[in-house]
Amino acid sequence: MSFELLEKFRDPDLCRRILDKMESELDRELRFMEVCGTHTVAIFQSGLRSLLPDRIVHLSGPGCPVCVTHESEVNAFLDLAGRDNVILATFGDLMRVPGDKGRNLKKAVADGARVKVVYSPFDTLKLAKENPGDLVVFIGVGFETTAPTIAATMKMAREQGIDNLRILCFHKTVPTALDALLSDEAINIDGFILPGHVSAIIGVKPYDFIAEDYAKSAVVTGFEPLDILQSLNQMIEWRNRGEAHVANNYTRIVGEHGNPKATEIMYEVFAPCDALWRGLGLIPGSGLEIRPEWEQFDAKKQFGIEIKEGPALKGCKCGDILKGVKQPDQCPLFGKACTPANPVGPCMVSTEGSCAAYYKYKLD
Amino acid sequence: MSDKVLLDYGSGGRASQRLISDLFLKYLGNDELDRLNDAAVLDLSGRIAMSTDSFTVDPIFFPGGDIGSLAVHGTVNDVAMMGAVPRYITCGYIIEEGLPMADLERIVQSMGEAAKHAGVKVVTGDTKVVPKGACDKIFINTTGIGEVIADPAPSGDAVLVSGTIGDHGLTVLGTREGLDFEAKVQSDSAALNHLLVKLVRELPEVHVLRDPTRGGLATTLNEITKSSNVCCELTETAIPVRPEVKGGCSILGLDPLYLANEGKFICILPGEYADKALEIMHADPLGQDACRIGTMTDANPGKVVLVTQLGGKRLLGMLEGEQLPRIC
Repeated sequence: MSFELLEKFRDPDLCRRILDKMESELDRELRFMEVCGTHTVAIFQSGLRSLLPDRIVHLSGPGCPVCVTHESEVNAFLDLAGRDNVILATFGDLMRVPGDKGRNLKKAVADGARVKVVYSPFDTLKLAKENPGDLVVFIGVGFETTAPTIAATMKMAREQGIDNLRILCFHKTVPTALDALLSDEAINIDGFILPGHVSAIIGVKPYDFIAEDYAKSAVVTGFEPLDILQSLNQMIEWRNRGEAHVANNYTRIVGEHGNPKATEIMYEVFAPCDALWRGLGLIPGSGLEIRPEWEQFDAKKQFGIEIKEGPALKGCKCGDILKGVKQPDQCPLFGKACTPANPVGPCMVSTEGSCAAYYKYKLD
Repeated sequence: MSDKVLLDYGSGGRASQRLISDLFLKYLGNDELDRLNDAAVLDLSGRIAMSTDSFTVDPIFFPGGDIGSLAVHGTVNDVAMMGAVPRYITCGYIIEEGLPMADLERIVQSMGEAAKHAGVKVVTGDTKVVPKGACDKIFINTTGIGEVIADPAPSGDAVLVSGTIGDHGLTVLGTREGLDFEAKVQSDSAALNHLLVKLVRELPEVHVLRDPTRGGLATTLNEITKSSNVCCELTETAIPVRPEVKGGCSILGLDPLYLANEGKFICILPGEYADKALEIMHADPLGQDACRIGTMTDANPGKVVLVTQLGGKRLLGMLEGEQLPRIC
């Protein structure tokens, strides 16, 4: 999309008009949650958060793939870094994620581990070909957005006879996590801003249960200020009429059925499994694992990796923050023991985490 | 000379002598350097500004410059930012065994041209050749020295920037990773001292001159506000960023405000002189895109606040480390 067109979605006058309309139509508090790190950052970075009416409460849910990667998964890839004949390939955001004993990938590199930051999983094919004597292990974290490209990479590796590529599969799926959140009685959310990238793959249907089973609204939304304001405005209108709907406002990118080819490839290679989420714990059926017919690529099998729940982080309120029960600055560790330089909990780990965004962008 | 740099060339023996006379003196030579004494003896007066920097950029050649010109521009600009006229620089080379001699020649030639253009003399230097793997191709340290002609002193003023932001950082990152952007970006690496001296000489008062190199505009402004305990309020729409840099950053998930610049400076001065300063900058090719991007205020001491396109306000903080590309 051209930048000129994108600019139209940032029109300050139009945004102001929608903000005024929302303000006049809000008869009580509206608590909305977004579940995508890009939305978290977009809301802060654009300055939108400072302009929202006081009665709109913005909550950031479990939408940052780095944040929800379980500590046991982090320790697993850190254990692999530095092993003989292993080259770890990863997206950049995992480089600083802390594991136990103060470890992270940046420190591992300083100690001599071979870690390559890639921009696309396809880059691992070249890496594997260039290093025939080594195992290239790609750290597969993220949601439905990244899983299909990794599946496609595995298919291409098989076609090209590349036998030294492995995938450490820690993928998670968004709708299952939302279902788990909504079934928790402690949470108090009026509506969801649904992720644009994930929905471009899975479409809108997988979210229907939000309105049908829980009578809450949810809108698939783009990342520009007008996209977000339009969805919030819609949710206010529906609530005022006593209705709940699931809709797609990001039609310039997201088709009703998503990208069937991508989901087909994803489920050809991966199967649903139980998964541990950092801060949320075990959510049945919310992960993806490599199917037996693709196990030649499975790094977990090759290295005998097991993911287990460890002791809870002392004082950290990330679990409550990811559920929208608490805001980041209500955590006793926020900005003190827990900062982006020295993150304790998952939400401070990635630049797209809600605590990190609070710390980075929020004016007192 | 061999077509590759060998360990012999750093030994201090005949091979070293040949490298010095055939290459370094050829491109960098001047009456002081040509003496090849153990130390340079310099004429300077008044208060002196001095700065040192080591350059390890990868790749060593990139669109708009190379490690040689960058090593001159970086240090010359640091000295000039203190309101000083850079006069002399030193060069220390650490070269990895096996570097093609043609690459070294290209780098030294580029340094000579950059120094000549900046009006500084290379007055002393050193060369070490280290075994393969002990460094990455070539590292260069330069130290610069100059005479101070203005006093930096932050206060509540107009904030100007001399041109577009992020060009160098995105170019180096793009070249290093072999990314081919649809629209070409290139480094802005340039020596700014002539324009800076002009500003300081022609304006009654200039409080701060800084080059937003590593960490970019946002980091440099944070350093200024923290050290002077004032707030810098920036207008997002006024900050000049080339569309192609904006586009590249958007694809890679980077923020141009945190990308390095090597040919730009921030100028903070009393508001009444802002127009005159812009007039001087606009008359120079290195300042033709200069504009006013903000104002120093007392609202949030020590912080940089960005007034966004929407009219919202948010913090523009320091980065934790280097920017890293995101998952999605």
